[in-house]
Amino acid sequence: MFEAKVTIGLKKGITDPEGATTLKSLHLLGFDTVKEVRSQKTFLIKMDENDEKKARKKVEEMCQKLLTNPVIHSYTVDMKRV
Amino acid sequence: MKKEEIRVAVLRIEGTNCEQESFDAFARLGVKPEFVHLKRLLGIDCTKEECRDIFDYHCLMIPGGFSAGDYVRAGAIFAARMKSMLKDKLAEYVKEGYPIIGVCNGFQVLIELGLLPGIDEVISEYPKACLMTNDSNRFECRPTLLKHENNGNCVFTGKIKKGEIRLIPSAHTEGKLMFPIDEQKRYVKMLEENDQIVFKYVNPKGEYAGYPWNPNGSVSNIAGICNLEGNVFGMMPHPERVFYRHQHPDWTRTGKLDEPGDGRDVFESVVEHLIKRF
Repeated sequence: MFEAKVTIGLKKGITDPEGATTLKSLHLLGFDTVKEVRSQKTFLIKMDENDEKKARKKVEEMCQKLLTNPVIHSYTVDMKRV
Repeated sequence: MKKEEIRVAVLRIEGTNCEQESFDAFARLGVKPEFVHLKRLLGIDCTKEECRDIFDYHCLMIPGGFSAGDYVRAGAIFAARMKSMLKDKLAEYVKEGYPIIGVCNGFQVLIELGLLPGIDEVISEYPKACLMTNDSNRFECRPTLLKHENNGNCVFTGKIKKGEIRLIPSAHTEGKLMFPIDEQKRYVKMLEENDQIVFKYVNPKGEYAGYPWNPNGSVSNIAGICNLEGNVFGMMPHPERVFYRHQHPDWTRTGKLDEPGDGRDVFESVVEHLIKRF
């Protein structure tokens, strides 16, 4: 079994309204040293696979077919045997 | 084709919530709409009698709402389910010239499906555009003014003159149309050249203006686009919510009570088109 940790964020240059709103609120709460907040989303995906390469390839496909929109998102995949 | 013969599928999955108004808009024009849950097109969890084929209908409508709770991304789950089994059939449907309209969440589904912008292929493998979170990071819900920009390509706006301004309400959080960041200008130019831009947000003077007239920060103020052939159309604002004049916020002041609402022509145009074409 493998567990894939897929972390999805916005590509460089794309505004992140959620990050910007969070930054504003953190400043209001007094965290005035905060300079930037970028939001990300994480999926933990358990797969019944033995071969890491194969499993990773499938996760990449999942990212392209559903988990991300390539127009705005970039992502990283970390594989862990569980 | 006679008007009474036209069958329209108003598609739903869990979380769709504008299907009734969408159904009513077609029903009031004398065509035959039907609520069709997506599983009936996919043949999953339904009896043989309940199963339907997209070719049973002359037009598909994907209404607004929060399909599948907007999980993953707005419209992504609806699109993934449709694409899983219907991709080739949908492409065939569009190539045959049958019209598809997506409003609000439905527009998001069409973008995620790759049916829009539909510039160089009928349905793309991956999305070529995105309806991203509004610049305000809020749910923007109010009447918006739309200028009709199309020169006659889009089958859903044939009855609206170019340059006309219509009041159609918006209600969305993810409506900012974007193309790949370093190619936005090229995409917009292509859409213009192909007559694929249908509506743009304007201020009361008819000028392209920023927030709040453009509720989401959409590139080039775009509110609605169609595919290259003009038979797949998506827009963020809701034409089905202004079918009658009394649905306009100013209906007591304008004295136009007997006139149709500003969104009605979207439905009338496609019905007229279907009568002529098929």
